[in-house]
Amino acid sequence: MARLIGKPLKRNEDPRLLTGQALFVDDVELPGMLHAAFLRSDYAHARLKGIDVSAALEREGVVAVYTAEDMGDDWAPGPPLVIPPPTIEEVTFNTRTQVPLVKEKVRHAGEPLAVVIAESRYIAEDALDDIVVDLEPLPAVVDIERALDADAALVHDDLESNLAAHLVQTKGGYQSAREQADLIIKRRIVMDRGIAGAMENRGIVAYWDNKQQYLTVWDTTQSPIPIRNGLAGMFGLSEHQVRVIAPFVGGGFGPKIMMFYPEEVVLTWATLKLALPIKWIEDRRENFYATTQERGQVHEVEMALTEDGRILGLKDDFIHDSGAYDPYGLTIPLNTQCHVLGPYDIPNFSSELHVVFTNKTLTTPVRGAGRPHGVFVVERLLDIAARELGIDPSEIRRRNYLPNDVFPYDNVIIDQAFANFIIDSGDYLPAMEKALDMIGYKDFIENEQPRLRAEGRRVGIGVVSFIETTGVGPYEGARVTIESSGDVSVATGVGTQGQGHFTSFAQVVAEHLGVKVSDVHMVTGDTAQFHWGTGTFASRGAVVAANAMNAASSIVRKKILELASELLDAPEDELEIEDGEVRVADVPRMSISLGELAQKANPLRGAVEPGTEPGLEATAYFGPNYGATAFGTHAMIVEVDPETMNVEIRRYVVVEDCGTVLNPLILDGQVHGGVAHGIGNAFYEQLFFDDNGQLLNASFADYLIPTSAEVPTIEVGHTVTPSPLNPLGSKGAGEAGAIPVPALMAQAIENAIGEAGFEILESPMSPLKLFNLYYGDKEQ
Amino acid sequence: MKPASFEYVAPTTLDQALERLAEHGFEAKVIAGGQSLIPMMNFRLAQPSVLIDLNKIAELSYIRLKDDELRIGAMTRHVQVERDALIARHAPLIHEAMTKIATPQIRNRGTFGGSIAHADPAAELTAVTVALDARFRLQSAGGERWVPADEFFFGMFATALGPDEMLVEAAIPVAPERTGYALEEEARRAHDFAMAGAAAVTALDEGGKCSAARLVYFSIGDVPTDAGDAVAVLIGKEPTPDLIQSVVDTAADRLEPSDDIHATAEFRLHLARVLGRRALQRAFERAAVEAN
Ligand SMILES: Cc1cc2nc3c(=O)[nH]c(=O)nc-3n(C[C@H](O)[C@H](O)[C@H](O)COP(=O)(O)OP(=O)(O)OC[C@H]3O[C@@H](n4cnc5c(N)ncnc54)[C@H](O)[C@@H]3O)c2cc1C
Repeated sequence: MARLIGKPLKRNEDPRLLTGQALFVDDVELPGMLHAAFLRSDYAHARLKGIDVSAALEREGVVAVYTAEDMGDDWAPGPPLVIPPPTIEEVTFNTRTQVPLVKEKVRHAGEPLAVVIAESRYIAEDALDDIVVDLEPLPAVVDIERALDADAALVHDDLESNLAAHLVQTKGGYQSAREQADLIIKRRIVMDRGIAGAMENRGIVAYWDNKQQYLTVWDTTQSPIPIRNGLAGMFGLSEHQVRVIAPFVGGGFGPKIMMFYPEEVVLTWATLKLALPIKWIEDRRENFYATTQERGQVHEVEMALTEDGRILGLKDDFIHDSGAYDPYGLTIPLNTQCHVLGPYDIPNFSSELHVVFTNKTLTTPVRGAGRPHGVFVVERLLDIAARELGIDPSEIRRRNYLPNDVFPYDNVIIDQAFANFIIDSGDYLPAMEKALDMIGYKDFIENEQPRLRAEGRRVGIGVVSFIETTGVGPYEGARVTIESSGDVSVATGVGTQGQGHFTSFAQVVAEHLGVKVSDVHMVTGDTAQFHWGTGTFASRGAVVAANAMNAASSIVRKKILELASELLDAPEDELEIEDGEVRVADVPRMSISLGELAQKANPLRGAVEPGTEPGLEATAYFGPNYGATAFGTHAMIVEVDPETMNVEIRRYVVVEDCGTVLNPLILDGQVHGGVAHGIGNAFYEQLFFDDNGQLLNASFADYLIPTSAEVPTIEVGHTVTPSPLNPLGSKGAGEAGAIPVPALMAQAIENAIGEAGFEILESPMSPLKLFNLYYGDKEQ
Repeated sequence: MKPASFEYVAPTTLDQALERLAEHGFEAKVIAGGQSLIPMMNFRLAQPSVLIDLNKIAELSYIRLKDDELRIGAMTRHVQVERDALIARHAPLIHEAMTKIATPQIRNRGTFGGSIAHADPAAELTAVTVALDARFRLQSAGGERWVPADEFFFGMFATALGPDEMLVEAAIPVAPERTGYALEEEARRAHDFAMAGAAAVTALDEGGKCSAARLVYFSIGDVPTDAGDAVAVLIGKEPTPDLIQSVVDTAADRLEPSDDIHATAEFRLHLARVLGRRALQRAFERAAVEAN
């Protein structure tokens, strides 16, 4: 069989994308299409006393203006997307979900108050200025550490406090571990907020065709099928009357899995009323308020160790910022708890979590989804312990890795999928050693660093390990069909946002069916093409969807061989499928093309035998019991200018282990993008809110996304530890690149500064924060 | 993020443009490269009712040498200035500043005149033109006047330009011999506006003593800040590291830096000291090379 899985093939979809031939939501143009603009609150917390839209309605070109009142009984808070975990005892969870348009109270800046629908977006935006809103500002809840204070304002008036959730997870007994410890490291660690910053903002075109009684919604969503099901339910339509299409999407990174965004509900509601197509394209400023964000957490944490650097236990109590609502349940903080444990043997663990409501945009997973926080916490503590104990940072990690014979390893606590957090497989040491080798760790420490220090230069190295839980259930599916041309068509429910699905999935299919990868035509994210699925999230496409492809195409292969065996009058085990035809091995004359077989399998006359199906087609599903856990080590060399606190990244090395690699080119691309994202999270990207909950940097002028000038060349190496949980042995890699970067950069900068007491306990960092840290105690 | 509606005119001569400006005054805005104005219009921070496009006025784009002065037309693109041999030779400080402005894409559109007229406190050219004793020619339908750079910048985004006036050209004295230059800045990302910066111009006499020194900060306060007297003490002395340090310390004491999310006043002041010192040092090193 041609080995296609694992080949560094160029992407099938790139010619279309690079020549502007790919359809994005904003490319959808329909006759009579109207445009929507949303009036958004300037206040973060305010009572809505009244809205007067009469002047807006009079503006020429305005078709309609709607507020919450207009929606009548259709106005309802969104359904919770992820329910709180049923498996943890004594969990408190107060479900408060976002509303389509503000009715009584604004809970974060940018929450929509009204929508204008007009002949053009320009007119719609002009009309926003005509609307008169009476808002009574209220004190805002901004600082998550003060959200639970007795005198804090209430984000949700019907709750007694701003507590969204509370739970405790334990493994072993931390208290007794603490009593046996030689060293206790205790710190307060902060991770602040950022955005996902996808190149394409969100966008929706919704069209109710009244004659066909059919709703079509083009949506930048990461999960078209649940959107279809939800919209049908909300508006009393049959699922067959609703088609949701997630076409090419310019980056997802998590926030596009959120549902339902107010705009998705409002546009659908409005087109059902007007029976005309309506387009809304989120602009960049709106994106800073209206698309979900991530990262805000404060940890009070301690680690108990022996004098030789073995972790006896870890206690991590933290607060997580939910923002104004909590439709996404506890996914992020549960990921944090799991990733605090990391690749390490931590027998005793205790973690108390408080999730709080604040008057800020809601948080939902953004690439990393709580994992970078956990990695930052444990890696920072290990670095501090290593320094206190005089152990090399790479050595302390080595001493604490889970050994190879423990897998599958049950970490006892529950994970984001509400199952026990079990690590399926791992082999951590080779990844670390490869990374050390690639970056020349020993030589740097022994020769280069002392030499540069002698010249007065502050150059430092870092090395951190991480795990990434990936590929969670419940399931995905795929339908694989041999067309009468011999080409293969494949449909799956997951949407695609640049991950290369059209190629990596095609490689899996082509591997079984003996066709060219370019002859596999993939449809993703169109509910009219595939009915079942959940979505693209949690680094799961290459695990869950690819294994569904694998299952479906092996069934089709079986069908091909059965039919060909009959037609060629040769036993199946003598047949091979190559170059789009089935041949009797060693007898090239005896062959039949896949196209011909497909036609024979779908005859126009005669009968399909009872118990068989027409065509060479199969639909299959894959659902893992629990997620596959990828891992790796990153290493970096930085130079710090101690006068300006400018940090320059000089080397960046990644060793990634995500099991079986489907396409190394695509994988490296995912890793590069992840690292770039991580560098942003670590050093550039931070949202600043004032005491009133006003966002101070809602544009790319002041919210700093790293560019090609800030991202170094990334050297990627691999180790391969296949997952035993799925036939392909694959694990996800979509978030891996981003996860360890803040921890790594903190270590490398500390190493470069190389002064006792200079300790980074916060992410993102910045020259200003490093300045305050370094010069804070020094005389100016 | 769509601009409010406006009337658009695209004159092909300077006179036509000035007539339009005279007619509409405060209601109008000229648009040069649009790199600053378009974002402001899209955010609806600027809502001109008439937009006068200068891009079709060829006579405003040139770099020439005239009577020991470089003359730069207002519509000359950053990229043209950056690559111009006359500029590199006679105003190396401007040459050095150009590559620190924004990205190549933005420099392809942004203009020399636009940057100065816009008067962003973090724009390199504000400090650079002050340090080089540049003069600006302002023209209206009624006539023209010359304003020296150090009298042109009034405040953040505020200049000596009247509502009916346009900046049409800048005149920059050609560098005398034995002069050295340097521009130092600290920006978050390579292409960002600087958190703080300093431009230095120095000259050495035959004995290696300082014969002229100028240090102008940008992105510290609302307007370019000339260190003035503080650096005058260098004159007649050998510019030793200690002396330079004390000069920048004195200069820094007079600064009133502002606060923003990327740099507090304290951090800015610290950067001003560091960057002022580095700029002076490097300028003197270059002057020494020039002298040889
Ligand atoms: C991402 C980004 C980064 C940037 N970084 C930097 C940087 O690091 N340093 C820097 O200096 N600049 C930077 N800029 C600004 C850039 O240099 C702009 O091009 C410049 O400030 C304005 O020039 P313009 O020709 O685009 O002017 P426009 O945007 O067209 O106009 C700006 C203003 O000046 C007025 N104006 C323009 N020309 C004239 C004239 N001849 N007479 C009177 N008024 C006039 C306009 O009416 C308007 O009010 C950056 C811009 C961006 C978008």
